[in-house]
Amino acid sequence: MNAATVFGLLATALVGVGLYGFIVNPQPLRKILAFNVIGSGVFLLFGAIARRGAALGLGGDPVPQALLITGIVVAFSATALAVTVLLRLFDETGSTTLSSGVAPSASEPDPAKARE
Amino acid sequence: MIEVFHLVPALLIGALAVYTTVARDTFAATVGFIAYGLMLTVAWVQLHGVDVALTESAIGGGLTGLLLVRASAKLRATEAAARAERPRASTRLAAAILAAAVSAGLAIAVLALPDPAPTLAPEVLANMGPTGVGNPITAVLMAFRATDTLLEAIVLLLALVGVWSLAPDRVWGGRPGPRYNADPDGILAFIARVLPPIGIIVGIYIFWVGADDPGGKFQGATIVAAMWLLVLMAGLTDAPPISRRLLRAGLVAGPVAFIAIGFAGVATAGAFLAYPDGWSKPLILVVEFALMPSLALTLGLIMAGAPERAEAASPREAAP
Amino acid sequence: MTADAVTTPGGLLLPLAVLVPFLGMIAGLVLGGRNAQRVAMVTIVAGVAIALGIAQSMLQSGDTLVYVLGGFAPPLGIALRADGLSVVMMVAVAVVIGGIGVYARGDFGTPDGVREARAPLMYWLLLLAVWGSLNLVFTSGDLFTLYVALELLTFAGVPLVCLDGKGETLRSALRYLLFALAGSIFYLLGAVLVYGEWGTLDVALLAQRVQPGPVTWAAAALMTTGLLAKTALFPLHLWLPPAHAGAPPAASAVLSALVVKGSFFIVVRLWFDAMPALPGFAAAQLLAGLGAAAIIVGNVVALRQERLKLLIAYSTLAQIGYLFIMFPLAFDAGTGAFVRGEALAGGMLQAISHATAKAAMFLAAGLIYATLGHDRIADLAGAARRVPLSVLAFALGGVALTGALPSGAYVAKKLLLGAADASGQWWWALVLQAGGLFTTGYVLLVLSHALRASADAPAPRVRVRRSQEAAALALAACSLLLGFADVVLPGDLVKSPLDPGELATLVVTVAAGAAIALALGRRLPALPAGAALAAIGSPIRRATVAVGLLVERLDFALRHWHVAGLSLVVLTLLFAAAMSGAR
Repeated sequence: MNAATVFGLLATALVGVGLYGFIVNPQPLRKILAFNVIGSGVFLLFGAIARRGAALGLGGDPVPQALLITGIVVAFSATALAVTVLLRLFDETGSTTLSSGVAPSASEPDPAKARE
Repeated sequence: MIEVFHLVPALLIGALAVYTTVARDTFAATVGFIAYGLMLTVAWVQLHGVDVALTESAIGGGLTGLLLVRASAKLRATEAAARAERPRASTRLAAAILAAAVSAGLAIAVLALPDPAPTLAPEVLANMGPTGVGNPITAVLMAFRATDTLLEAIVLLLALVGVWSLAPDRVWGGRPGPRYNADPDGILAFIARVLPPIGIIVGIYIFWVGADDPGGKFQGATIVAAMWLLVLMAGLTDAPPISRRLLRAGLVAGPVAFIAIGFAGVATAGAFLAYPDGWSKPLILVVEFALMPSLALTLGLIMAGAPERAEAASPREAAP
Repeated sequence: MTADAVTTPGGLLLPLAVLVPFLGMIAGLVLGGRNAQRVAMVTIVAGVAIALGIAQSMLQSGDTLVYVLGGFAPPLGIALRADGLSVVMMVAVAVVIGGIGVYARGDFGTPDGVREARAPLMYWLLLLAVWGSLNLVFTSGDLFTLYVALELLTFAGVPLVCLDGKGETLRSALRYLLFALAGSIFYLLGAVLVYGEWGTLDVALLAQRVQPGPVTWAAAALMTTGLLAKTALFPLHLWLPPAHAGAPPAASAVLSALVVKGSFFIVVRLWFDAMPALPGFAAAQLLAGLGAAAIIVGNVVALRQERLKLLIAYSTLAQIGYLFIMFPLAFDAGTGAFVRGEALAGGMLQAISHATAKAAMFLAAGLIYATLGHDRIADLAGAARRVPLSVLAFALGGVALTGALPSGAYVAKKLLLGAADASGQWWWALVLQAGGLFTTGYVLLVLSHALRASADAPAPRVRVRRSQEAAALALAACSLLLGFADVVLPGDLVKSPLDPGELATLVVTVAAGAAIALALGRRLPALPAGAALAAIGSPIRRATVAVGLLVERLDFALRHWHVAGLSLVVLTLLFAAAMSGAR
């Protein structure tokens, strides 16, 4: 097994691990973290693909390597925006839960309350 | 032997990813994530992606790690409430099985990738000559797919607009983040005085060699932005109010220069973002010179966050 | 779409269409304050002119417009392409942005005595960013550039959700952003695999190269599902209703009418252009099955809403479902590929009609809210008297959505029904017809309240900005005028409204819609919840209320984060399985 295969397979594992955390971890910050783990898995897979395309003395295919740099910057922007929204939500409400709204059975309006 | 050389970092990275995901404490998880980012750099070097390794460690590990650690420290109080929301064991089991199925499917796909692999490396080399740059990745970023790079600069700018849009109305136009008050004689202040000159030189160096060797504007700009954050967090300076027009002009100068040179290419070289013969390298350098400060400023301000304090001595209230 | 990438006459308009809105955003940011709105107005005029110029160039040449960026043709470089689909979408988006822009002048003017206020400045910058991102989605022929475009669209859309800065909208925005990020990373993963297998990201080159195989199945399944998450197709819709309902009206209109169409458009690009022979019959049935479920759940839950804005948001959920019914109808069993024809034309026309109609409805709802101080459907009595033009705009937009004659949705429905008939897939025809009845139901429900005279003393007619009402009305009128789209389409689709058959259909539709509204609609005093169900006298009413509650509970359960997350993974696996089974 060469580096491209080892890290390509590692990348698939990272996607799975991140995906698990993204689904089950209720803390939004952990979801952002999990998103970054999935993201690094995707990037690593692209890196393995770039390495497979090594030719003519280049250590890897430069097109995916260049796209990776763009991808990492975009993922950083997403993380920064998400963290800022999260902190603002915490400042505003004191909580970070993503679940809002009440169960439909409980959502029948109390007419007095609905007119507040 | 070669396999052990790759397998050890791969296993470490995998273990750190698992730790980051299952750690009970969010702060511990974010610290784990930073270690994970550092280990990934090893993988990138072994994959012969030194440019990517630089970007990953500077942006993916460094800036993202700082963002997450800072946020997790602030959100300590919400840990208990978050744990109470944890889904049932059956849900977690289903998620684990499905995530494993995705990994397995992907692994099959990875092993089924064609051999020999398709590659654009020969085409990059064949077309690199006229661009005058020696680093093939820079040729892709600044010539063949320069549009992506321009769009990426716009992504960062838009992310900053998004971050600013989260400011409370009463402090609109004010200064981002808290005012840091570190001990002026403390270790942080000492580092913040000594490190930045070196860091800025390193950042500019990485930017400068990027034309021909691994490195480039994004990596360089990140290091410069990190130095500014260090000075900021040591309390040696304060973030500027975001209403300053000069500041905003600085943010957009790089992208505007990029677009202007792009449209000049329509007249002089027959296409948007094309460079006339013999002018490729100088024009690419001009674009990079214009982009680097704007990128550093944008990255730094994204890290600094939404305005939190009204600009002092200017009681301009913004009512919606 | 041709593969040889050579810049065509008029091609320069394509990068201009993308960059002019972003330049407007940049100028607005630097000049700040009141100038941002002025810059936006100038940009809107320029952008509409560019869109029309592109349409003109394409009509002249009769072929796809191409622009090779930097002079480097794919696969090394990137090309922008505008085919018929792109041009139609670009013109429609330009018109809708224009209408919303006129409306937003009323809501997002910078107040006097303030040099710069946050929400107005941000609104104008984000509006322009949405526009530039959408034009990039419509013209880009490269899977990675499309990824950047998707992210731009998300980064512009999320802050619009929480522009008012309140806690609940921040929560909606965070939920939207996080789920959308999962969608984009799935899409990117698919694109990475495509590059690994075929060595290019160019859509036109992929159309020539792609062959079935495990890598491509995985890639197509990941990209499709990721895009569905960003489009909020059932059951991946957890983020949409609160986000679209909680935003300011001028932002809701942008999000509901336009932003969700971006990721939908990329699904069309993938299935029809990049890999038409790959997904196959089963995957198309699955996709349209989700669409049908969206139509049923979205419509029923819409009928049960108390608030007008939430009703409109759930209507969007159902309308998104419609957009995916066209896929199996465009499947050609002979070649095993998706072909451009009546079904695709119908689907795209549906997308455009929905864009104009939904923008009109959200804007009208905003004016109604501003006048009455609330948007409780049950308390809308007197609205027609106080803001008649807004209620009219809402009604026209609603009628256009139902597919009544004459409207764009009418022609779209005829095209889709024709395709269903031709391919023998009667079950999708059934879904289309039933969906129209439900839509009629909730439009009637709202109008029945709004047209009632108020019990209170007749309130004076409130003056809302005339330009705002005009904008809402004009957009609603556009969705009706799209009924004349058939002049460029084959066949004789639009009949005279006085045709006996059409009149009979209309009567039946209205009657059935009224029955649905009566059966499933929420009535005041508050409907009894589960426990009190037995207290309802009529067994029929009891049954319909039970159905309504059940669907509402299903929707609520699916909107839990971990359920939606599991659905995302299950759908990916199902799509991969369906595609690998197609041969």
